[in-house]
Amino acid sequence: MSLAGVGALVRSVSLRSMRVWQRNRDVYFVTWKTNLFPPLAEPILYLLAFGAGIGALVKEVEYRDRMVGYTAFIAPGLLATQVMFQAFFETTYNTFVRMHYQRTFDAIITTPLSLEDVMAGELLWATTKGTISCAVMMVAISFFGLLHYPHALLIVPFSLLAGLLFAGLGLCFTGVVPQIDSFNLPTFLFIMPMFLFSGTFFPLDVLPLWAQRIANLLPLTHVANVIRELGLGRMPADLAWDLLYLVALAPPLCLLGIHLMKRRLVK
Amino acid sequence: MPSVIEARGLTKTFGRLGAVNGVSFAVDAGECYGFLGPNGAGKTTTVKMIHCSAPITSGDLSVFGMGVRDAPRAIKRRIGVCQQEDNLDPDFSVRKNLTVFARYFGIPAVQAADRARELLEFMGLWERRDARIRELSGGLKKRLAIARALVNDPDLLILDEPTTGLDPQSRHQVWDRVRTLRRQGKTILLTTHYMDEAQSLCDRLVIMDHGRILVEGAPSDLVRSRVGREVVEVYGFPPDLPEYARAQGWTFEADTHRLWIHTDSGEAVFAAIARLYPAERCTVRMAGLEDLFLKLTGRELRE
Ligand SMILES: Nc1ncnc2c1ncn2[C@@H]1O[C@H](COP(=O)(O)OP(=O)(O)OP(=O)(O)O)[C@@H](O)[C@H]1O
Ligand SMILES: [Mg+2]
Repeated sequence: MSLAGVGALVRSVSLRSMRVWQRNRDVYFVTWKTNLFPPLAEPILYLLAFGAGIGALVKEVEYRDRMVGYTAFIAPGLLATQVMFQAFFETTYNTFVRMHYQRTFDAIITTPLSLEDVMAGELLWATTKGTISCAVMMVAISFFGLLHYPHALLIVPFSLLAGLLFAGLGLCFTGVVPQIDSFNLPTFLFIMPMFLFSGTFFPLDVLPLWAQRIANLLPLTHVANVIRELGLGRMPADLAWDLLYLVALAPPLCLLGIHLMKRRLVK
Repeated sequence: MPSVIEARGLTKTFGRLGAVNGVSFAVDAGECYGFLGPNGAGKTTTVKMIHCSAPITSGDLSVFGMGVRDAPRAIKRRIGVCQQEDNLDPDFSVRKNLTVFARYFGIPAVQAADRARELLEFMGLWERRDARIRELSGGLKKRLAIARALVNDPDLLILDEPTTGLDPQSRHQVWDRVRTLRRQGKTILLTTHYMDEAQSLCDRLVIMDHGRILVEGAPSDLVRSRVGREVVEVYGFPPDLPEYARAQGWTFEADTHRLWIHTDSGEAVFAAIARLYPAERCTVRMAGLEDLFLKLTGRELRE
């Protein structure tokens, strides 16, 4: 994609993309109970399993030269993975269903919306969905007293950035997969390793140095770092590096995703 | 008055396949303009370029005087599209399908609700307003798709095979509504495989094949000038009939079982044949669009 191409793509996105966001929101809130239940219940299950199970073996972990209770350590990891899963699965499986099976986009682009508007709306919705689930999950986790407020409130706006990144990543795959089953591949190659090896369930410094280096390339590592520090009630200066990494990565992924979708759909 | 749609040398290729090969036509305001053609002729591709969903490969195409490359949003604001494939939103009810679609056009919610009711009543769907899409029969879905295409009160309505798969009652209802819309002054572009539909709805039409326009004109003029007034049809014709017909200088078409003679004097041709062959195998009827269509596009199957 040339620089001029990027410019043209950005110019084709308008505020009308909010119409697509509204469409997806309307669908989401038709079944809001089933949508909001998992993020409420999931952390309770995890915290019980890890707290009562593994937590009985590992009471505390050393994190950044400080001892942190094991459940307090993984709770932010759960939030980070929740944002990732929600946003990524929205722009992969769900976007694919709308694109391919429902042909929703074919209909929308006969209205004043451009295909770029539609894709931007999909990205914004996936971001929002990730953030909603994260916020709902925070409510559940707060009952365990595992989040320090007011710092933890910043997790909500931050999850918009994190959500946008994973939404963009998902859209890139949707632009290239031949069929819906093909999402298994990126899920097992990228999403599951991130879920397990991004400092979500154990501190990364127990890993060998080479593995730590790889982990530091994964976006979820940086998302988990930020959410954990905020959840623990801290705001160290080196969070700026995590933020910088995410801010630098999210927009290109989104633009690439829109570009690939356009290449796929405009024939 | 300038044309609503004007295409000059319009071309669309998919890789090496030429789907639309340099067609030129103009659709006037307030007319119902038809596209006829066998499967794969390029009708849908042409229509998609008009509603700015498919970029044109070369040539010129303007709608409401605006180039499709320059002003897709402004064009799309003023057209309504009912596509060949069903793409109603299965996540919403019948009514919500219309109000959500209205929102894409920036129509305020209150106005959209009124409009939805008006259109559902117009298409005979008001009773089913709360039904889910998957509960609807094919005919109801098509009617809803047409209602949805009208949500922005378009100046140009594009209907890509609006009655395919519908029962006779539904087809007649759709035709009736199309006539009403035309009387209200909308310009209508219609593709169809049904000759009776084209004949009765279209002021003018083109017959397309292999991405080219073969003829353009008013249906009855085309039939009159290209086929003639009448057709004499002979069933289970004897093997020497084609030769006889040729000797008489008649234009005719034949497949394995039937032979059609295109003529302006059906009675005379009928009498000539009846002198030689059993007359009960022979009928005279008015020439129609189908005779023209088959004459122009041949009888072999497509795709
Ligand atoms: N996205 C596409 N990619 C490749 N080829 C395509 C694409 N869309 C259409 N075609 C081809 O272009 C040609 C014209 O197709 P089109 O859909 O315009 O025909 P049609 O006249 O609408 O046919 P039908 O009556 O079956 O709807 C066909 O050969 C078709 O296979
Ligand atoms: Mg078609």
